[in-house]
Amino acid sequence: MKAARVSVIAGAAILGLALAGCTGGGSSGGSSGGAAGANLTDKGPITYVQGKDNSSVVRPLIDKWNAAHPNEKVTFKEQSDQADQQHDDLVQHFQAKDPNYDVVDVDVVWTGEFAAKGWLQPLTGSFKMDNSKLVASTVDSGTYNGTQYAAPQTSDGGMLYYRKDLVPTPPTTWDAMMKDCDIAKQAGIGCYAGQFAKYEGLTVNVAEAINTNGGTIVGKDGKTVTVDNAKAKAGLTRLVDAFKSGNIPAEAITYQEEQGRQAFEAGKLLFLRNWPYVYNLAKTDGSSMVKDTFGVAPLPGMTGPGASSLGGHNAAISVYSKHKATAFAFVQFLQSEETQKFFVTQGSLAPVLASLYDDASLNQQLPYLSTLKTSIENAVPRPVSPFYPAITKAVQDNAYAAVKGDKTVDQAVKDMAAAIQTASAG
Amino acid sequence: MSASNVVAPPTTPTRKRPVRAGIRKARRGQARWAIYLIVPSIVLLAVVIGYPVVSAIIMSFQKDAGLDPATGLFVQGGFAGFENYAHWLLQQCMNASGQTISCPPGNLGSQFWNAVSVTFFFTAVTVVVETALGMWFAFIMNRTFRGRALVRAAILVPWAIPTAVTAKLWFFIFSVAGVANAVLNTHILWVSDEWASRFAVIIADTWKTTPFMALLILAGLQVIPEEVYEAAKVDGATSWQRFWQVTLPLIRPALLVAVLFRVLDALRIYDLPAILTHGGGGTGNATTTLSILVVDQIRQGFNSASALSTITFIIIFIVAFIFVRILGTNVVRTQEAQQKGAK
Repeated sequence: MKAARVSVIAGAAILGLALAGCTGGGSSGGSSGGAAGANLTDKGPITYVQGKDNSSVVRPLIDKWNAAHPNEKVTFKEQSDQADQQHDDLVQHFQAKDPNYDVVDVDVVWTGEFAAKGWLQPLTGSFKMDNSKLVASTVDSGTYNGTQYAAPQTSDGGMLYYRKDLVPTPPTTWDAMMKDCDIAKQAGIGCYAGQFAKYEGLTVNVAEAINTNGGTIVGKDGKTVTVDNAKAKAGLTRLVDAFKSGNIPAEAITYQEEQGRQAFEAGKLLFLRNWPYVYNLAKTDGSSMVKDTFGVAPLPGMTGPGASSLGGHNAAISVYSKHKATAFAFVQFLQSEETQKFFVTQGSLAPVLASLYDDASLNQQLPYLSTLKTSIENAVPRPVSPFYPAITKAVQDNAYAAVKGDKTVDQAVKDMAAAIQTASAG
Repeated sequence: MSASNVVAPPTTPTRKRPVRAGIRKARRGQARWAIYLIVPSIVLLAVVIGYPVVSAIIMSFQKDAGLDPATGLFVQGGFAGFENYAHWLLQQCMNASGQTISCPPGNLGSQFWNAVSVTFFFTAVTVVVETALGMWFAFIMNRTFRGRALVRAAILVPWAIPTAVTAKLWFFIFSVAGVANAVLNTHILWVSDEWASRFAVIIADTWKTTPFMALLILAGLQVIPEEVYEAAKVDGATSWQRFWQVTLPLIRPALLVAVLFRVLDALRIYDLPAILTHGGGGTGNATTTLSILVVDQIRQGFNSASALSTITFIIIFIVAFIFVRILGTNVVRTQEAQQKGAK
């Protein structure tokens, strides 16, 4: 019997470990009490938290700030380069009311969740930001329930990459682009692709299709579900029809950003929807076959430019910060023209200041800048909702089924609406 | 995860024999010492295993935080009773007006039974295939031939590669323009087709874990003395009979332990499908296992996720319990039979 007993204990131990790995942090929620009203005028050393600094822009900036503010030094806490890990790291520190996470860099889609948890200092009263010089859509991405909680820091918008050797003038509307697909057919290549694998990129592309057609997924309050209407359906139908007709090649259902970029660089695609980072790679990659034969244009829309989904990051002040006056000054510093210029020249990060897009010397360095301006000016943020993870899941699951032809558009949109509703009903 | 946390129960003397008081005293002292030595590890286990388990169960009876409509801020959800469990097991969701409805597609609750069947399907198929292939590999490794060391090392390589790396390797192999399609001269969408994505996971898992099975079975094979086979041969047993009547009964204990470990492992499978297919395929959830569903839910609410992980725990526990009962009796009977045979 001994062997059996040992096996039972071994089994229990293994199971225990399995479960131990499954539990997250403690219970969350609840208002932060008086934290949002404390330490408003205090100055002193602070910490800035951001994901991995891939373009090496943060440290030189902080050095510059520290030289000018010896009594209010900023320390840089660098997180991993995985968005999910950055999110979870922030959640854990906020739950622990960590006063050492003063200024945090949040992805645009986390703003609603963190704001509703009461972790972000509302940018009102003495902390009111001057948003007059910013691209308006970027401010929307930091605003939840009518209050601004996060200051736009960097932005990002989708652009249409096209083969100028095959299509001399890029299409400005979706219908025109679908007509151009005949050219792709003659050339024996795929016509259009975006990001259609089942992950966040699908939400980005579906939201673009819906917003371009004048539809929305949720209302301004981040709660009211608005996706079940004719305009949103028409938007999703465009993607579904393009898949059906082969204008979007079947393998695009597996594409994330990188697979699409590789296919475009290999000359297998006529049009590609992607982010600005592709520009430099397609120009300089040794394997790129389209170095001199591609151009960029705004995303095609109904009659003019389409509505891109907005990427980028916002800077926010933690309610648990002990030196909020310094934190606020540092956030303003991040948004200053000097810093924004440094971001774009040094790190190719899209600025949030509208004026920089018209800067002649910058346009020379980054030829896609004026196209990107059109994209970001027409961009619509993804829903700023505390239930964003549930919303994006509802959109992904149902849109994926629709573009694969497993579900009608009507049914997909209906299920999408119902699933988003169940999430916000708790 | 390893089984290194096994705490062997202190052995007690079984045979009664008159002993002197001094020895008895020494024994008692020894027993006390043993307890002192074991206490730290028991405390450690209570902290790292007991606390999370209990905490998860407590959390699973709490509601997830909801929004206060006036402020737009989250407020504590309060006591939930079995609501979180009903959400998963009975697919009950709440609609906007607070009525209980069946969870719509796109809500994680609607995926529970799908995830259960996917998990059990993976477990059944991978364990059967890996056991069969593992046994074959073990027989090869057990033979004496030139280059045996090389073959043994080669077979063990996949097991030595971390699962995440394995998953990424197969991700590239199964991409549309990848090696799999080039070699087979096909155009299969391995990570998005319903059955192709499932087979992709099964193939990758088999590639990775067969060496583990082979190793454990090999350990069982190597303790079988050569004389047993010789005796069987003298008795005129065919090679088929030798396998069924001699080899299989003798490796049965090792084989069953190996299968138990694999079943428990496969029921918890997360990393391979998470990286290889992101739980996708088919209508989007063809390879979503229970563990993937738990991690998805963590982003939407800890308390509901705790309920799901507790359900997962109970499912695996039941499977393990059934298995250990059968395994236990089998092990005992084999030992008794062997002892009888030896006498």
